[in-house]
Amino acid sequence: MVEAAERGESALLIAPTGGGKTLAGFLPSLIELAERPREGLHTLYISPLKALAVDIQRNLEQPIAEMRLPIRAETRTGDTPEAKRRRQRTHPPHMLMTTPESLALLLSYTDADRLFRNLRCVIIDELHALAGTKRGDLLALGLARLSRLAPAARRVGLSATVAEPERLLAWLSRRGRHDGTDSDDVRLVMGRSGAQAEVEILTSQERVPWAGHMAMHAMKEIYERIRRQRTTLLFVNTRAQAELVFQALWRVNDDNLPIALHHGSLAVEQRRKVEGAMARGELRAVVATSSLDLGIDWAAVDLVVQIGAPKGSSRLVQRIGRANHRLDEPSRALLVPANRFEVLECRAALEAVHDHTLDGEAPRPGGLDVLAQHLLGMACAAPFLADELYDEVVSAAPYAAMTRDEFDDVLDFVATGGYALGAYERFQRLKLREDGRMAVAGPAVARQYRMNVGTITQEALLRVRLNRGPVLGEVEEYFIQGLTSGDTFLFAGQLLKFLGVREMEAQVAKGGTGDPKVPAYAGGRLPLTTHLAERVRAMLADPRQWDGLPEDVREWLRLQRYRSVLPNRDGLLVETFPKAGKRFLVAYAFEGRNAHQTLGMLLTRRMERFGLGPLGFVATDYVLAVWSLRSPQDMGTDMDALFDQDMLGDDLEAWMDESSMLRRTFRNVALIAGVIDRRHPGQEKTGRQVTFSSDLIYDVLRKHDPGHVMLRATRADAAGGLTDIRRLSDFLARVRGRITHKDLDRISPLAVPVILEIGRERVDGSATDELLAAAEAELLAEAMPELAPPRAGKSETGCPQQGRLSL
Amino acid sequence: MIAGKRMLSASSQAHGSACQGDDSRAALTFRGADLLADPSGALLWPEEGILAVADLHLEKGSAFAARGRMLPPYDTRATLDRLAELIAQIRPARVLCLGDSFHDRRAAERMDAADVERLCGLTAAVADWVWITGNHDPEPPQGFGGRVAAELSVGPLTFRHEAQAGAVGELSGHLHPAAAVALAGRRVRERCFVHDGAKLILPAFGSFTGGLNVLDAAFDGLLAPGFEVLMTARDRVYRFPCARLSPDRAR
Repeated sequence: MVEAAERGESALLIAPTGGGKTLAGFLPSLIELAERPREGLHTLYISPLKALAVDIQRNLEQPIAEMRLPIRAETRTGDTPEAKRRRQRTHPPHMLMTTPESLALLLSYTDADRLFRNLRCVIIDELHALAGTKRGDLLALGLARLSRLAPAARRVGLSATVAEPERLLAWLSRRGRHDGTDSDDVRLVMGRSGAQAEVEILTSQERVPWAGHMAMHAMKEIYERIRRQRTTLLFVNTRAQAELVFQALWRVNDDNLPIALHHGSLAVEQRRKVEGAMARGELRAVVATSSLDLGIDWAAVDLVVQIGAPKGSSRLVQRIGRANHRLDEPSRALLVPANRFEVLECRAALEAVHDHTLDGEAPRPGGLDVLAQHLLGMACAAPFLADELYDEVVSAAPYAAMTRDEFDDVLDFVATGGYALGAYERFQRLKLREDGRMAVAGPAVARQYRMNVGTITQEALLRVRLNRGPVLGEVEEYFIQGLTSGDTFLFAGQLLKFLGVREMEAQVAKGGTGDPKVPAYAGGRLPLTTHLAERVRAMLADPRQWDGLPEDVREWLRLQRYRSVLPNRDGLLVETFPKAGKRFLVAYAFEGRNAHQTLGMLLTRRMERFGLGPLGFVATDYVLAVWSLRSPQDMGTDMDALFDQDMLGDDLEAWMDESSMLRRTFRNVALIAGVIDRRHPGQEKTGRQVTFSSDLIYDVLRKHDPGHVMLRATRADAAGGLTDIRRLSDFLARVRGRITHKDLDRISPLAVPVILEIGRERVDGSATDELLAAAEAELLAEAMPELAPPRAGKSETGCPQQGRLSL
Repeated sequence: MIAGKRMLSASSQAHGSACQGDDSRAALTFRGADLLADPSGALLWPEEGILAVADLHLEKGSAFAARGRMLPPYDTRATLDRLAELIAQIRPARVLCLGDSFHDRRAAERMDAADVERLCGLTAAVADWVWITGNHDPEPPQGFGGRVAAELSVGPLTFRHEAQAGAVGELSGHLHPAAAVALAGRRVRERCFVHDGAKLILPAFGSFTGGLNVLDAAFDGLLAPGFEVLMTARDRVYRFPCARLSPDRAR
């Protein structure tokens, strides 16, 4: 690292967690500043987490003080007081620890040039977590600007182990690409990888459950492991899971071991308390979500337990890396599958770790909404020439492939809204000056930009306050809106009773009776990666790989082979069978929940057209199940026609346009692109009202200007991320002509888990009409029973229900 | 199908030919007048040939654009499209716009020429078009046709922009009522008509107009307890008593 720095080269350091890589990033700067003291901003450190920036600053203070170095290191985040911020701009520290959003703001000030002119080094921490996201897009654009202001500044990226370092090298490059030629400008530095991890799968004495995600059957055995270790870190996939697992552990915690809970919804002070206690070695175990995936280094952890399948091998490797930071000793990890399919998935993940194969993700082009925000910010800083700014933008890797036409569209959008016919020529936000430069139309534009900077758009959150006492954390507003006074729910590790909402806070009391409603958080559920899915398919198809699986799982697979057939590796197995008067179709696609959900929507549309009368569907990470009035054979429909690739054409277009998913995506795009305002503290506008008005805009825009740049950005987001369209398309191409159809007289063993999920599913999307009608009918029947006809089952309305698994 | 729908279709048969066979509307007898609530948010009084709409807020998009928020400029067109469709279908003798038809005083200046022509065509096609004044348009722009009135009484009913406490037989807009119901763990929030037997408040008709929950304090003192809403959702009208509604946040 030091060598790269002396030559002024940029570098990417890839090392497992705890390899001391953050310090390695700072070392050259410390040396340089110690040898040649100077004034002005020398090193910029950017991290995805505010807490991490604060942590790093604190860690640097110590060596700086001990060695009496003439170096001032400070943080700058959304929490920094106004006076300090102003001082930082006039009298900058040598080292500034900040976030992508704060950097964007700094770059939008008219004095950005003076502030950054003498910058020597930019360190980007946790690069693997930023690249490929919209925050990463914003940062990449910010770095492109920094390189213009300070051509001598080198870039240092710090990353956990990733499948394809080339992508990060390209991301970090000042050319926006890495092609293995002499002109490559980023050097790759690999940290020591340490000893091979010891990973095992828990073989429970209990039977492995057919379905579910909580692994409640194994709590006693997990507790035993905790007892035998000094410190254990338990990772779960969702916050709801964290709450339940924590509760379950305390129910068996006969020794009163100090076991704590850590997830992103808890109050910051709570989380810091847990982190502090953990660092001091006072805790025996912490149940955590991905809120701990990043950042803060822990003292020795002896064992990492992953509850539920890890969903991806890179993720598993990063989590295992949390255990034991002594590089010469192996990390130890225990995987606890929560159901039978997860047994297979855990096995696949374990083999992937042994083979050192990680999941790669295809890079996606940078968001047009993020670019719009950046262009406005650049105009706030100084008037610009479009030609120059275009060159600067395409030097950022996410935008390297952007055409000039696309750029001009976004610029036009920023200037006048970009609507057909130039309707808003009069209301320009950017004006073309006589010298050919674009400038902001007035100070109000800059104010508006600064109020709305950033790419993080989330559900509105409400604080949860314990009966006028301390704040326990935050939950999504929609969850609270589903509660009535007296309802109970699990949060912050305890059973709470909801009292009401006062001053934007949910008031709760301890205790209460009845079944808790577990917080059903929106985020946190990652789909199975393609790489792991392939491994699971291969394992299923080959009985020789079943050795070592629990006996009841092997028996389950043997029975499947006997009663039906095993899914093969490259094709698609489709089973059809009757059950409870309906016809079921189960497709073993193994493409992850998101792709299956999209497939379910498209498939039911087609089935509708083919006259099969689809009634509903449910999707898991492994399987899609659809139920209908008639089976494909009844109607002479063959499977190849049903699963034909052309469903990605018209059916997809039609579905995307009316899906609520696209509306949510549009809302985020509109927020980032600055068409609608964010919510600010003290403002009356609730998150819900923002949703409402962005829906109105979406409807009008879709009808009257379908090619508008915001709709293009929305579709790109939806197709790339949430719906996994690309994955679905690859899948349909792969299974073409390779569909095995088994028509059975009853449910097959492999289909049992997904059918079990149906009972727990929640109705969503297009079923709203029926729900409304049913609620109204119920009331009418109560009021006027003589008028009420026999209740028609919802299933006969002919409108497929989108199944959503409740957790 | 279900009781509600059946009842509505049965009653809608009784009124003017324009509504025959359309069971998406909800029938409502208000102070002796037989009214129909349309899913678009318009109110029909077939006997009098009246079509009433509230809060069009024409040119709201461009009003935001003038302040630097580049909302799409198509809201006027979208609103007029929906209004034109209703007029063509119903052929009303009278159209009553219950105030806030124009988002601000300069709305007419900003309106696209094609939209101006469209609106003039609509007012010309209706025998009596009344612009009732609202707080956003105390002096509605000239030149679009129609006549201006602060309020209008027809038989037992009075149409005005803002509801007045204690008034009986009053139809108004202004508040943009919306209602929310919790359904099997989900929440649906849509615009609605709301009435308590004495007053009826219409939802906002404009494409860019949001809604205010009828349980909000702004409705206090206006509606008698036990009021009913007629919620417009996905091309239908659903009735709910106030006890079934959920607030946007606890008060």
